[in-house]
Amino acid sequence: MTRRQKRFLLLAVSLLALGAAAALVLSAFQKNMVFFYSPAQVAAGDAPRQRSFRIGGMVQKGSVRRDADGLSVQFIVTDLARAIPVRYKGILPDLFREGKGVVAQGRLEGGLFVADEVLAKHDENYMPPEAAKALADAGGGAK
Amino acid sequence: MIGELGSFALMLALGLALVLGTVPLAGAWRGRQDWIGPARPAAWALALFVTLSFGLLLTCFAQNDFSIRYVAAHSNSMLPLYYRLAGAWGGHEGSLLLWIQVLALWLAAVAHGSRRLPDEVAARVLAVMGLIAVGFLAFILFTSNPFERLLPAARDGGDLNPLLQDIGMIIHPPLLYMGYVGFSVAFAFAVAALLGGRLDAAWARWSRPWTLSAWAFLTLGIFMGSFWAYYELGWGGWWFWDAVENASFMPWLVGTALLHSLAVTEKRGAFRGWTVLLAILAFSLSLLGTFLVRSGVLSSVHAFASDPQRGLFILGFLAVVIGGALVLYTWRAPALGGGGTFSLWSRETLLLLNNVLLLAATAAVLLGTLYPLLLDALGMGKISVGPPYFDAVFAPLMLPVLALLAAGPFVAWKRDTWKALPASLRHVALAALLAGLAVSFGLGLGLLAAAGLVLASWIALASSLHLWLRLGEGGSWRHRLLRQPASYWGMLAAHVGLAVFVAGVALVKSGESHVDASLRVGATVRAGELEYRFVAMERHDGPNYVAARGTFEVWQGTRRIAVLQPEKRYYPVQQSPMTEAAIDRGWTRDLYLSLGEPAADGGWQVRIQHKPFVAWIWSGVLAIALGGFLAAFDRHYRVRRTAAQPISQLTSLEGVSA
Repeated sequence: MTRRQKRFLLLAVSLLALGAAAALVLSAFQKNMVFFYSPAQVAAGDAPRQRSFRIGGMVQKGSVRRDADGLSVQFIVTDLARAIPVRYKGILPDLFREGKGVVAQGRLEGGLFVADEVLAKHDENYMPPEAAKALADAGGGAK
Repeated sequence: MIGELGSFALMLALGLALVLGTVPLAGAWRGRQDWIGPARPAAWALALFVTLSFGLLLTCFAQNDFSIRYVAAHSNSMLPLYYRLAGAWGGHEGSLLLWIQVLALWLAAVAHGSRRLPDEVAARVLAVMGLIAVGFLAFILFTSNPFERLLPAARDGGDLNPLLQDIGMIIHPPLLYMGYVGFSVAFAFAVAALLGGRLDAAWARWSRPWTLSAWAFLTLGIFMGSFWAYYELGWGGWWFWDAVENASFMPWLVGTALLHSLAVTEKRGAFRGWTVLLAILAFSLSLLGTFLVRSGVLSSVHAFASDPQRGLFILGFLAVVIGGALVLYTWRAPALGGGGTFSLWSRETLLLLNNVLLLAATAAVLLGTLYPLLLDALGMGKISVGPPYFDAVFAPLMLPVLALLAAGPFVAWKRDTWKALPASLRHVALAALLAGLAVSFGLGLGLLAAAGLVLASWIALASSLHLWLRLGEGGSWRHRLLRQPASYWGMLAAHVGLAVFVAGVALVKSGESHVDASLRVGATVRAGELEYRFVAMERHDGPNYVAARGTFEVWQGTRRIAVLQPEKRYYPVQQSPMTEAAIDRGWTRDLYLSLGEPAADGGWQVRIQHKPFVAWIWSGVLAIALGGFLAAFDRHYRVRRTAAQPISQLTSLEGVSA
């Protein structure tokens, strides 16, 4: 091969590698993007049925019920307009509390949101931004 | 009084930074020695006044001076002294002061270490760092002064977030900032080279040890953060791909690319423009990381708008630094000239691939970190991309890096052939393949974990082979070992460390398991082969918290192998609960136990986790950092060489790279 051809080959291989990497990244991004919905949007039927998504809002006061196994828990997430019951099995984060903001990720099964992850961050003033937005959109006061 | 002195020291420092950032630059431009001369003294004085003001802030924390707003917000008289001191960087204002303090340390180090450089080069480098200091000092003084008074003074402080009350908080931020800010030296060298129009092998040799030490500090900082999250967050994860972690990981990835590209520039004079661009990029990402974490934009993009002064300043500063450097680059880079040519199969090509893949990975992380923020800021909806995205992207991009990395040191610079690779390397490849597959099959691992193990053994074996061949024949063992330069040991340590790390990740990811249970005192639960007995639950209070402490015995058959004492703490001042996990560490597995909440029937929620080979992750990363430091302190960087030497002469130097 002449030097010119080698250069060309190197360039072509690099571009091909970059293209493959870009394709990989974008498809993974598409597949793993998790959308956020407020309880009102879920109630209106906007949320996907087949795909995992996040809901956020406030844990309704007096709504937390534990099962006899001591691990499964059910509670209601509300944006003060609509409320969605959530089920979760496992240990809740330290700052999960009634009347505080929460974000849950999972799937909708019938009218029940089955969460595989519950987030509440480590700061008593902290409201997960999604939860604050849901409350604000529904006309409730954030915090 | 102390507070006012602190502010005053910062103002003086700002004045000095303005002098340092302008006069020597003009001097280097006009070739006036009397303007270049003040660079070093100004740098020392700047460092002195910043250190003074940082010391005064620490004093305010030590003396519980709650008439200072920042102290009142981040400390409490009940807090032990060492946490009060660490509280100095527990919030926005103080951590910016820590940033500038670390910059002062690097400035002093460069002022001291640059005595071997031509005055003009040293002046430019110090001046660029001075300009960076101007930006940060102005930001602190005009928008985030930690010495601001609170009237009337608070009776007691609001306390430090309980999560931050840990030895990790004392060590992690300074280490991380040593890394972030250390890249400002590489950046300053790059900008100085663009300004001076001189970018040769000598330049790369000056810049390399600084870049290496910054990178090694950043490695340690990231390690410390991850290690801390593992035991302190209480849920056993060691990397979450959250935006704060990504903010420190992106400069690390680019920094890694920069190290390897610098090696090519030093040894072969090639990749010049590219190296400069990487240095600019590494520091830009460090700045971006600092501001992402410190501006509050992560918890809410709207926090930005609630304090528009800070937000605008940050955006403006980023635009000036990054934009200015890039404009300078496009203007001056064509004048730098190309480097040596190389053929398709050569070490240069392998290092180029390393760079391309590392940058692709950085771009992927950047996309996953910033895109959700961007959508949110534009009001186009809220999305999140979690660990599944990063895992799916990262592994395929890194596997080829690992595969090529082992071969790299065997391939000659400039031109080589496949056939010239030693036959033993092929045997090593085969051995690694068989060993990795055998272990994976024996443990029943998945495809990705198997690939990880195969590549880890490939790197470890190939590196050992390289050392063996290099030590060669003749002379005593002692002599043969001592003959190798520190940079060679550094490369070996980093590469083998990476292999250990990859093996650890593969084994943790595929072998971890957990059991959740609700237990009463006296109950037992089985997890795999082990039995956990809940022996006792008692009250165990600390200086500023109340806690419930459980005692669990771990039995393997009839042998008690560990006693674990997890806690559930409650911090009254901040009204927050905290999970304090108990970990029994080992080389092949960690037993990780954390307490949930008390259940209605008197039982406690318990999460028991079995995490194999976590220790390999930590020791691998430590070896990588050690490699960086070893290479940084290689003797050949400290030899006085003022004139640029022709590249042909440099390649004959003993030394290694990449």
